[in-house]
Amino acid sequence: MTGAQIAAAARAQRSVLPEVSGRDRLYARLFRGCMFAALGLAFLGLGAILYDVAISGAPKLSWDFLTKFPSRIIPSNSGVQSALLGTLYLMAITTVFVVPLGVATAIYLEEYADRDRWYNRLVEVNIQNLAAVPSVVYGILGLAFIVRGPLGLGNVLLAGGITLSLLVLPVVIIVAREAIRAVPPSIREGSMALGATQWQTIWKMVLPGSIAGIATGVILALSRAIGETAPLLVIGAAASPRFNPDGLLSDFTALPIQIFVWTQDPNREFVDLAAGAILVLMIVLLLMNSVAIYLRNRYEQKW
Amino acid sequence: MSRSGEEVSVADHELSRKETAREETKPVGATSVSGDAEKPREAIFDVDDVSVFYGDKRAIRNVTLDLHRHEITALIGPSGCGKSTFIRCLNRMNDLIPSARVEGTIGYHGENLYDSSIDPVQVRKRIGMVFQKPNPFPKSIYDNIAFGPRVMGMKGDMDEIVEGALKRGALWDEVKDRLKTNAFGMSGGQQQRLCIARALATSPDVLLMDEPCSALDPISTGRIEDLMMEIKEDYSIVIVTHNMQQAARVSDMTAFFTVELDDDGKHRTGAVVEYDDTNKIFTNPEDKRTEDYVTGKVG
Repeated sequence: MTGAQIAAAARAQRSVLPEVSGRDRLYARLFRGCMFAALGLAFLGLGAILYDVAISGAPKLSWDFLTKFPSRIIPSNSGVQSALLGTLYLMAITTVFVVPLGVATAIYLEEYADRDRWYNRLVEVNIQNLAAVPSVVYGILGLAFIVRGPLGLGNVLLAGGITLSLLVLPVVIIVAREAIRAVPPSIREGSMALGATQWQTIWKMVLPGSIAGIATGVILALSRAIGETAPLLVIGAAASPRFNPDGLLSDFTALPIQIFVWTQDPNREFVDLAAGAILVLMIVLLLMNSVAIYLRNRYEQKW
Repeated sequence: MSRSGEEVSVADHELSRKETAREETKPVGATSVSGDAEKPREAIFDVDDVSVFYGDKRAIRNVTLDLHRHEITALIGPSGCGKSTFIRCLNRMNDLIPSARVEGTIGYHGENLYDSSIDPVQVRKRIGMVFQKPNPFPKSIYDNIAFGPRVMGMKGDMDEIVEGALKRGALWDEVKDRLKTNAFGMSGGQQQRLCIARALATSPDVLLMDEPCSALDPISTGRIEDLMMEIKEDYSIVIVTHNMQQAARVSDMTAFFTVELDDDGKHRTGAVVEYDDTNKIFTNPEDKRTEDYVTGKVG
């Protein structure tokens, strides 16, 4: 008998610590294998899409592609300048609206709201629900109340920005609340026990302690907004404009809209342009996410 | 609200002590001569019939005692008997818990801390607190100390204020070369002394300590006890402790809290069983339950 066999025989004799049965071990391996396969499948799908897009789109990427306006007639003379700028402006407008509103709401809900009051609970439940509302519904809301209706801005950049703000606001509130909640109560108590007012405690302790989490959450929420097509289509973003937005009340388009327009074109060359635009959008998205990761690693507070 | 038999016995005991000329004096006009030639004992807190509720549940009931100026008062007793609840009444920290409600009065410099005209923020500026777990702010050592003076708008050289506080907290020599480093890099004992120094930086007149040494090793604990003995000349200290040796070592007066069944026989509430000189509590307590607790028979 080999050493291993002797050891196995010895183990088999000990009833206190019997060996794991072969069946249990098999199940454990099978289960791990299944999970790994699921992960692999997801990656495979993502990889296939990326590969397909990169194959058609990568040859289109050039400085010209970024700086030219879209053409409806000549694919080779077409670019994404108006769409890229439109997207960047939309993100800027959305940030300006969403950060103060979202952070203020989160501070109210976490630091001031009495959870026993029905209206606070109502607000909480509604924010959760709003985060799950399909984006096209926000588009219809934007069309009815911002483009037309009470605000009547028309289908302009500001209207797009406000609509996207409404879309991501619930998400920003939720992540900001989580960041604020991560500041331990003992920090608040320590501050209050030194005679700081609640506002001083929030301003000097809670916000500095949660700012990294809030910033990360805002960027991730924006990267959700950047790919939104449906609401912008509904409120009437321009198709392939040959001009840049020149102010808040200017017509506009955005990368997802440009991609949508190009993919609808029967000319195969325009569809390839869409692949190029998708790559541009992905690069912007990756840049935003790397900023988020950098902020998190650099400023995250370990308690 | 009816009092339990034990509460009455505490009150009787207070009376008997007064008869033996160890009179507990009120803040104003405090001059009494005691039998064993002590300095007059002036009350800093005059706690009268205080009960605390969390929602409908009563956590402590009918606490009546005087806490003395420039002395260390220890609050001892088993877990859940309301010591922490009680100490948090003394600087209105219970206000931070929405469901908490305090009944009764706590006299402080002739004013009732729970009077509607009193701003709890002002109370906390005068009455500092140190918590069970060291809770330094995620800032530099310097900024930890300077936070209190800054929010109070204290005038003067901040460097001096910080140095003074760190010296009073017996921490200066260890940290004077790294004031700008993050306080999270300090050891647990150092962090707790930082929290004490931080509380002292605003020159409060009372320091409340809620189990300040429970997370520390014996050496750090010893340092903090030494520190308490030093600073009691200038401050009045109230300390909650689970460590009876600690209470015996540092305190002048000791209150023993326990949990009792309410009169209805259903709910359990914290209450003071006995409050007296620490020596007496540990050597010759009046109440059997105090004796059982301090001698380690229960709890």
